[in-house]
Amino acid sequence: MNRQPKAVALISGGLDSMLAVKVLLEQGVHVEGINFYTGFCVEGHTHAIRKHDQKKEKRNNALWVAELLGIKLHIIDVIEEYKEVLTNPQHGYGANLNPCLDCKSFMVKKAREWMDENGFDFIITGEVIGQRPMSQRKDTMPIVARECGTDERLLRPLCAKLLSPTLAEREGWVDREKLYDFSGRSRKPQMALAEQFGFDEYAQPAGGCCFLTNQPYSAKLSDLWQQRGSKNYDLDDIMLLKVGRHIRPKSHFKVIIGREEGENNFMNGYRKQFTHLRAISHNGPLALIDGDVSGDDLQLAAQLVARYSQGRDVAEVQVEINEKGKETPFTLDVAPLRNDDIPQAWYI
Amino acid sequence: MTSDTLDARNLLCPMPVIRAQNRIKTLTKGDILEVTCTDPGAKNDLPAWCRINGHQVAEIETRDNAQGTEIIIKIVVGGE
Repeated sequence: MNRQPKAVALISGGLDSMLAVKVLLEQGVHVEGINFYTGFCVEGHTHAIRKHDQKKEKRNNALWVAELLGIKLHIIDVIEEYKEVLTNPQHGYGANLNPCLDCKSFMVKKAREWMDENGFDFIITGEVIGQRPMSQRKDTMPIVARECGTDERLLRPLCAKLLSPTLAEREGWVDREKLYDFSGRSRKPQMALAEQFGFDEYAQPAGGCCFLTNQPYSAKLSDLWQQRGSKNYDLDDIMLLKVGRHIRPKSHFKVIIGREEGENNFMNGYRKQFTHLRAISHNGPLALIDGDVSGDDLQLAAQLVARYSQGRDVAEVQVEINEKGKETPFTLDVAPLRNDDIPQAWYI
Repeated sequence: MTSDTLDARNLLCPMPVIRAQNRIKTLTKGDILEVTCTDPGAKNDLPAWCRINGHQVAEIETRDNAQGTEIIIKIVVGGE
């Protein structure tokens, strides 16, 4: 090759992909980043919504990493395409609704398409053998490469020395000797390399970077699918699963109740799409009703909303109800439900 | 030179960035794109995306209204 080799890097915003890129930049490779947005990426969402988290600096770590490394970053919306990955994973789910192996295959395949369309030579990831229980094992890594048709063009700089040489190494686009042999769940080798590169700040996401690895989130998604009778969803559905208490008093509807001001503000943006309620005689949260409801259902939902208002201990709370598609709200005076009146099974 | 607007209200990052990125692909160097967001994260993310991709942020304005706070980011499209 008589030009600078070009690699596209899968950038999550975490330390491993940051190091993988830096290793290649040090070897003179032109690197650009790619980041896929599935809708389930944690990436500061809850921080952006919740009031008590708003003092934390809000930033997209993938963008921050790209800027630090001085590379371009392309963020790609894969929300629609990802539905097939999530609803029909060929390799099954992990501990929750996380289809990690299929997800990795999907992303590498998309990176391969991007690579071909943009005239790049190979793909790099920050994967480390043994780092993740599903997608980063020595026996599963070849599956990903094979399924994506990237066998020869997928380089994992942090553990390359433990794997067979890829095209980039064989062709001399990168020096295999300057790649690494990291393995296992320990983060010490990565932290040492970060120090060597002078990276004193990097994201360390607790609990992973995907909501699908989160048990309560997966339970809400599972409930959504069950009630709809199909594994379907849109972006609004999966955003709303991230906020509020989700309470299903009856199979045909659930009530989403904001837990604090930030969530109420966020849910306020959705109020026109849902029948929504709020206590007006007392301070209280905004609640959205997901499902088709009748008079008795609204009475029950209002009692629930009253329970989470500051009038929870009084005899009667006035709740304003705005029915979806109707201009004029009406009010109900209801007795707040007591804790004992709310079966645990209602909480999703 | 043309001016364009993008409504990215009620979208959480990175969606405002993705929408701006896709819209900018349809514009040419020197065009202006005004993006209205409600996610406070956009105040950092859109300028960061602009910096690494060669666009300029001309102005960031914050407006409070009954629905909350809106952030208006004016981008001057760059290009290679």
